[in-house]
Parts: sequence; structure tokens; C-alpha cells
Amino acid sequence: MSQVEVAPTVSPASMASMASMAPTVSGRVPAGVRPQTAAGFLALFRSEITLTFRRTRTIALLGLLAALPVLLGVVVKIETGDMHGGANGPAFIAQVTQNGLFLVFAALAVALPVFLPMTVGVVAGDSIAGEAATGTLRYLLVAPAGRTRLLAAKFLAAMVFCWAATLAVALSALATGAALFPMGSMTLLSGDTVGLGGALLRAVLIAGVVALSLAGLVAIGLFVSTLTGSGIAAMATTVGLVILVQILDSFPQLHAIQPWLFTHQWLTFGDLLRAPMYWTGILQNLGLQALYLAVFGSAAWARFTSRDVTA
Amino acid sequence: MTQSPLVESIESAETEGTLTGGRAAAADPAPVGPPSVIRTQGLTKRFAGGQLAVDGLDLTVPRGSVFGFLGPNGSGKTTTIRMLMGLIAPTSGVATVLGASMPQSVGSVLPRVGALIEGPALYGFLSGRDNLVRYDSADPTADPRTRARRVGEALDRVGLTAAAGKKARAYSLGMKQRLGLAAALLQPRELLVLDEPTNGLDPQGMREIRALIRELAGEGTTVFLSSHLLDEIEQVCTHAAVMSKGRLVVQGTVPELAARAQGRLVVRTPDAARAAEVLAAAGVSDIRVAEGRVDGEPATAGDEPLPGLCAALVEAGVRVRAFGVERGTLEDAFVALTGEGFDVAG
Ligand SMILES: Nc1ncnc2c1ncn2[C@@H]1O[C@H](COP(=O)(O)OP(=O)(O)O)[C@@H](O)[C@H]1O
Ligand SMILES: [Mg+2]
Repeated sequence: MSQVEVAPTVSPASMASMASMAPTVSGRVPAGVRPQTAAGFLALFRSEITLTFRRTRTIALLGLLAALPVLLGVVVKIETGDMHGGANGPAFIAQVTQNGLFLVFAALAVALPVFLPMTVGVVAGDSIAGEAATGTLRYLLVAPAGRTRLLAAKFLAAMVFCWAATLAVALSALATGAALFPMGSMTLLSGDTVGLGGALLRAVLIAGVVALSLAGLVAIGLFVSTLTGSGIAAMATTVGLVILVQILDSFPQLHAIQPWLFTHQWLTFGDLLRAPMYWTGILQNLGLQALYLAVFGSAAWARFTSRDVTA
Repeated sequence: MTQSPLVESIESAETEGTLTGGRAAAADPAPVGPPSVIRTQGLTKRFAGGQLAVDGLDLTVPRGSVFGFLGPNGSGKTTTIRMLMGLIAPTSGVATVLGASMPQSVGSVLPRVGALIEGPALYGFLSGRDNLVRYDSADPTADPRTRARRVGEALDRVGLTAAAGKKARAYSLGMKQRLGLAAALLQPRELLVLDEPTNGLDPQGMREIRALIRELAGEGTTVFLSSHLLDEIEQVCTHAAVMSKGRLVVQGTVPELAARAQGRLVVRTPDAARAAEVLAAAGVSDIRVAEGRVDGEPATAGDEPLPGLCAALVEAGVRVRAFGVERGTLEDAFVALTGEGFDVAG
């Protein structure tokens, strides 16, 4: 309270002058709608990808994935004696000792059912929920990022992560294979032999197919991520789903639904190690991923564009 | 329909014609003057849990004003701001920002609006500067070529240039608040929406933020400032609206609102008891006697009878140390309007 000498009487005249005292728009602030530019529109996609790879968590996950082939290669090297003709080991393991390049395929076959989807589940599950949990989501939305654009950027970044994760496994396996085992022309599963160049080309192709195999999971993770405000819950749910689906895929009684599980055709990538390449399974796999992407992508969009952001 | 005393006080205020802002001004299609920057009609939000957070809000924020949005914690300020920014959808009613309805027009409206909502939110693993780059990238109308310069200017404006390279997680609460404010200033804005921007700041930081708000208003930016601090609103705002339990109690210019609280006559004297008797005899009501001080409501508004009162006191042998009327504050106005203390949460 401040002490003044006269009683407060605010005349209508002084009120009017008060109102007109307010500065007009002719000030320095330009008014009107500002147009959006293509470069401005794309900036969020770039920002999203950069942000993904600047998180310590992302680097740790990639490091984990890169360590896997090294471990695998060392074990194979040590156990070489027992491995001869071992038909009950993981796919391609038996061939690794003859050609180090096979470690790429062996490592991908080991990583794809469990490790790769786990890391992808973490990244995709956390994508929206993590931003909601820290409150950054509200500032992105008032920027305004646009809900559809943000979701698209999150999807793109998660797909880039899938690709980087696959690459981490493949490159680490290639280096380990070259260090521990002989490299050279490769005998395919069909018995034909291709040169090192041809073999590397197939490795690149397979890495691409493996990365795309994860698209369905990314869409599921994104959808789960729009449902909750907790990054941890979304990550756990997504990873849990992967495990559940793998279990369902192993019950013979469930063979009716198994072709529709997003993990069911994951290991068909081995068909690219034949001459000629056998595409049926791979195309079925990619078709299935597209289906999951359409269904869960739409669900994520419908949910995210209509939901209240109260975090 | 039952009317609460709250509603009656608004209606009576309008019929008396003491309030010019708000609904009265919005009702006639003003032929001159710029349109309102924010306008809501019957804006209502009921949360999924059934909580009625905002109830039939009719708000008009004139262009160029520094508009104080005042209310105790839990009165629905943040919920209103979330609706204005298109973060949550109203249960019913309309919200118009910069002439376009929300949340439908977020894409064209929000690039012209800077906002600080319920405290800052930052990426702890990014530097202060990179946080701003991130938020600027989210705006599709922001030019990437001028990004570095604009980020630098915004940092400068809030005094964070020296700490710009530090990871945001190492920032103090005050620094985070400043960085949040810098994010709102990445572009020239027509409207700034600041939800309790001085929360968590020390008095010096509060003064700086208030100075910045005045400076921005001087540049032509309309500022919508929510606060639960009455003196903050009194210090920086030209207009104010008062919320209580999700409802608008009153809106108008700050002097008008303060005027609604009747001034109290205050006499400082060692002869308090004697003074109280004299004042009572002279028609002063609601007399309160305290140590060395007597205060009460003068019979008529204005300073007409005051010299007479003073003379009467002196005549009666009361030793008057000070004599005057304490101006009404927004707090008095709030208490008068709602009949409750300001600290009551909704
Ligand atoms: N997400 C929510 N779900 C349910 N109730 C909410 C939610 N957010 C706010 N509320 C309630 O709405 C009321 C108004 O809250 P808020 O707008 O945050 O008030 P203020 O910003 O004025 O402190 C409070 O009673 C609060 O508990
Ligand atoms: Mg609040």
C-alpha cells in the first residue's frame, strides 16, 4: 500500500487517456502473417535427426550394438573347434570361419530379433513421450512445429536411427570379421561364388532391408509414444511388445496369426544370399511393414493431432 | 439459474458503467482503433477428470496493452493460456488470437506469438544456444540463414550471452527462465504470452524481467502477463483481468480496477482511542484501532470532508502525526470483488 495525499478518483476522461496511451501497432513490430519457407519447413527434420544423435543414450545404444559383433566374432574364433558343421548355432555362424564377411550376416541375424528392436523401441517410444515429459513438447508446438510435421520428423529421425543401428552392427561385424577371419570371394547359400565386391554389395542391400524391416516397429513405438506422458513407460511398452510378439511367433498353435506379426518375416533377408536373389519373403516383409506403418502411423497421427497437451 | 455473488458484482459493475474495457468495449463493433489481440467468448475447459478449470471466460485484450491476467494458484490462468496457444481444445466457447480462431489457426498465428507457459522447458544436454536453435528450427517461418544472428540477439536481450555455451542442465532456475524468455523473443512478436515469468527469480531478476516487458511493450508488442502477484500486475500492466476459480471476476484498466477498492482514511496518532471516538462521531465507519494508528472508511468518497475531519481531530486534542487516505490496491479490489482473500486456491 502506498500513501498518497488525495483520495483516488479516476474520472472517465483519465481512463480514456489511459487507453489511448497504449502504443500503436505502428511500432517496430511488423504485423501480419509470415510465410513459411521450404528451408524453414525442413529445418525441423534436420534438427530432429541431429538431436537424436546428440543424446548420450543414442550413442550408448549404438555402442552396445557395435560391441555385439565383436563379442560374436571373438566367441566364434575361440570356439572354432566345436563350431565345425554346427547346425544348431545361429544362422551363418558356421560359415564365419571360412569367410569373415559372413560375420556381417551372422551379427545381423543375431541382432535383429532382440537387440535391434530393443534399441529402436527405446528411441521410437521416447520420441513424443520424452518431449512431453520434459515439457519441451509444448514449446515445440507453440513454435509452432505443427503436430503432423513434428510426428513426421520424429518418424524420419527414428528411421535414420534404424539405419544407423543396422550400420553399427554391420560395420563393426565387417571390421571384426576382417580382423579375425579370412576375407575374400564368398560362397553363397545356393552354392554359387561371388567376388568380394559382389559380396559387399549384398551386405549393403541386406543392411538396407534390415533397417526397413524395423519401420513397422517404429510406427508402433511412435503410436505408443503419443499415448503417454512418460518416456520410460512408452519405451518399456514398446520393447515389451517386441518381446511379446516374438513369443507369440514361437507358438505353433498360433500359426494362423503368425504371418501377420511384424517380426514374422524379419529373417527372410538371408534370401538375398542366393543367386538369383529370392525376393518373395523380403517383399512380403516390406509389405507387412508398410501395413503396420499405415495402421499405426494413422493411429499415432489421429491421436497426436487431437490430444490435449497438458504437460 | 442461480446467480452467485461473483456474477452479480460483474453485472453491477457494467451497469454502473464504471468499466470501459472488456465486454462493453467488445460488444459494439468499434469503428476506430485496432482490433483486440486476444478475444474469448464463453471459453470453457472441463478436464477429463471432471475438473472445471475455466468457466465461460469472456476476455478482451486490446492491441498494445500490457494485460495482467491475475488470479490465485489454481484459478485457471495456465489452462486459459494453453487454450489460447492451441495446446488444448476448449470444451466449449471460442478463443480468437490475432484475429484467427484457435486451435484451428495455430500455423498462421503462433509464428507471431512468443510464449512462456508454466515455466521454461529445456533440453538439458544442449547448450543454451543450441536450445534456442532447436526451438527456432521448429518454426517453419523462421529463416535458417538468419538463425544464428537472431539466436545471438535473443541471448543478448536476456543477458545470457556469457552463459550461452553452457549446458542448460547446469543453468540456475533464473537462467532457465531467461532462456525460456529468449526463445519467445527469437522473432519480432505481435503478442507475448508470459505465464508467471518471474516465478523463481530473485528480486533483481524480477526487476530485469519487468523492465524487459516494458521495453517490449514500447516496441509495440502486446504483452499478456499472467501472475498471482498483485504488485507485479500493478507495476507493469495497463490493463488487467482477475480470475477466481475458473471465472472472470472483472477486467478493465489497472487504475479503474484499483479505484474499485475504496480508499481508507488513515490517522497516525499516539491518541488512537480518542481519535477513533472523534472519527466515529464524524460518520467514519468500519473503524479499526491499532497501535498508534486508526483507520476507517470515510462517509463519502472523495476528499471533501477530509479537512473537516482533520480539524475535528485537532480540536479534540488528538495529536495527529499523519493524516491521509491510502489508495486502494488491486488486492483490496480483489477482496472487495470476491469477498475472499487472495491466497485462497481454487
Ligand atoms: N491436466 C489437468 N487435468 C486435470 N485438472 C487440471 C489439469 N490442469 C489443471 N487442472 C486443474 O485446473 C485448475 C486450474 O489450473 P491452472 O490453469 O493450472 O491454474 P493457474 O495457472 O491459475 O494456477 C486447477 O484446479 C487444476 O488442478
Ligand atoms: Mg499456472
